Amino acid sequence: MMTTPVKPEIQVVYQRPDSFTDLTTHYCPGCTHGIAHRLVAEVIDEMGLREKSIGVAPVGCSVFAYKYFNMDFVEAAHGRAPAMATGIKRVLPKNTVFTYQGDGDLASIGMAEIIHAAARGENITVIFINNAIYGMTGGQMAPTTLPGMKTTSSPFGRDVELSGYPVRMCEILATMEGAGYIVRRSLHDAKHIRQAKKAIRLAFETQERGLGFAMVELLSSCPTNWEINPHEALDFIAERMVPVFPLGDYKVNEELKH
Amino acid sequence: MAKELLKGNEAFAEAAIRAGCEGFFGYPITPSTEFLEHMARRMPQLGRAFVQAESEVAAINMVYGAACAGKRVMTSSSSPGISLMMEGISYIAGTEVPAVIVNVMRGGPGLGNIAPSQGDYYQMVKGGGHGDYFPIVLAPASVQEAIDFISLAFDLAEKYLNIVYVIADGNMGQMMEPAELPPMRELPKEPPAWAVTGAKGRKPNILSSIYINPPDEEVTNIRLVKRWLEIEKNEIRFSEYLMEDAEFAVIGFGTAGRVATTAIRAARQEGIKVGLFRPITLAPFPKEQVAEISRRVKRILVVEMNSGMMLEDVAAAVQGRVPVEFFGRMGGVTPFPDEILDEIRRVAANKRPVNWNARAEWIARLEQIVAEGK
Ligand SMILES: Cc1ncc(C[n+]2csc(CCOP(=O)(O)OP(=O)(O)O)c2C)c(N)n1
Ligand code: SF4
Ligand SMILES: [Mg+2]
Repeated sequence: MMTTPVKPEIQVVYQRPDSFTDLTTHYCPGCTHGIAHRLVAEVIDEMGLREKSIGVAPVGCSVFAYKYFNMDFVEAAHGRAPAMATGIKRVLPKNTVFTYQGDGDLASIGMAEIIHAAARGENITVIFINNAIYGMTGGQMAPTTLPGMKTTSSPFGRDVELSGYPVRMCEILATMEGAGYIVRRSLHDAKHIRQAKKAIRLAFETQERGLGFAMVELLSSCPTNWEINPHEALDFIAERMVPVFPLGDYKVNEELKH
Repeated sequence: MAKELLKGNEAFAEAAIRAGCEGFFGYPITPSTEFLEHMARRMPQLGRAFVQAESEVAAINMVYGAACAGKRVMTSSSSPGISLMMEGISYIAGTEVPAVIVNVMRGGPGLGNIAPSQGDYYQMVKGGGHGDYFPIVLAPASVQEAIDFISLAFDLAEKYLNIVYVIADGNMGQMMEPAELPPMRELPKEPPAWAVTGAKGRKPNILSSIYINPPDEEVTNIRLVKRWLEIEKNEIRFSEYLMEDAEFAVIGFGTAGRVATTAIRAARQEGIKVGLFRPITLAPFPKEQVAEISRRVKRILVVEMNSGMMLEDVAAAVQGRVPVEFFGRMGGVTPFPDEILDEIRRVAANKRPVNWNARAEWIARLEQIVAEGK
């Protein structure tokens, strides 16, 4: 008599989120944009939001974000994603609306739009990729570039006398009454990536629970324009960026704490 | 509904609401502000979206977002504010979503002043923002026309997935005039198939103006040009007054056209056979109609409240068949009927050819008029 072999319980523990398309991204090796995308897609899957989500892509290296997320998407003008998201959310208040923006996009050209979206308490979620540089245009100085850091437009290192100091967005936005959730996380190692994911989840929960504007700033790498290898780039985040941009919770609505 | 005494901007705003506008995003600027103020009161009452944005840059990008969501949305502003919107307008055009923009024009360039002007003709008619696109431009000459054209603007914007400007000036925005508002339209139950509303039970909808591969962009450009040719075929609008037997034609739009009407009536009493051709769609421009007029009149006088902008479109259509002369006031100055009557008399008596520079001849006359304190 034949016996059927007992199959070990096979469980899928890692797969492509439904909220992702199966395209290969165009990001450079060692770039953390891809990790940030994946975290957002996983959170949207886990919260079951895919079918009602509308993403707003920026102008920057993530301009093609809409190709990688398997959901409705629009592509904003440089810096205007929060205004576009406002327009969408105001006419479709039941949908989940999020922007994904770089530091040039959000903290330079789009400064007015992000501040006022937060001030109005727009119920949107913002994923803010701070890589201290303009990636897409070939490595110019960003408002978040560190003092002394060499870029193509600060070739002798950012001179604070000439071009000022890094802009800290979480600290600024945490002063806004309309903000429900403002935190800074980093993507430089597995532990921090897990913490980043939890924060992204809370940022979407802020929106779903109608608690106002939510932003997660993610310290990210740009090995290509920093001109170092991917491994050194992660160290650069931990050693050089974190001291200037301290990780932490800058504003968390009481209701999110329980 | 009967005629009532309506204030320009408020009537335009109410007309937009009745035409089914579901989102208004704007920033205060004279002489358009009452539009925004009316929306601030009425839109929340009706459960529709209203945001006073932090700038015109933000306002137009809110319009862009809400338009992508498939709603009837608009903004209203005045010249400097419209300049600030140009990047967003180009994105809207490149994404092929509908949007209605009311420009209550004022004197410029720069901060200029808040008085009525038609100085944005080039910016409105020729595009204003970057890249190859063609906005539709409707130019009302009365409060009633503005009311009617705002409804029409939404319909055209949606039919052609195009930007539609309704351009008024401070005169129309601020005047009280008897007019009739349309009844309230029902809002559509279903969003258009292309809108971003959440990819439930369908493939994701992606709305963007990026075509990184030039041949793909060119395919889009071809589509936009073909759409424009279609618009040129179907949507030309104009109005004529005493043109049947006219030997001289005055061509003017909006307020300038309206003021010219009074002058033409007076000229007729003096026996001058003059009529008015008033383009309503400045884009698409009624080229063939102007060409046809130039085959049956002796001379054409273009009247504008700018430095002779539509003049160039008229001259292009006339192709030298008859002399085209120009009279304009600028800087927020509205011409009086008497001034235009003087010009009609002069043009009717003028036998000289125009030396291809109507603008140079006019500016000399204008300096004289200004020197005389008129
Ligand atoms: C109005 C306008 N100005 C400038 C640009 C050029 N531009 C494109 S992306 C970019 C900077 C992007 O940097 P960032 O937002 O930090 O994104 P990253 O590429 O680093 O992810 C600039 C200046 C543009 N597209 N539009
Ligand atoms: S240039 Fe920098 S930010 Fe852009 S994809 Fe490459 S590594 Fe990432
Ligand atoms: Mg950057």
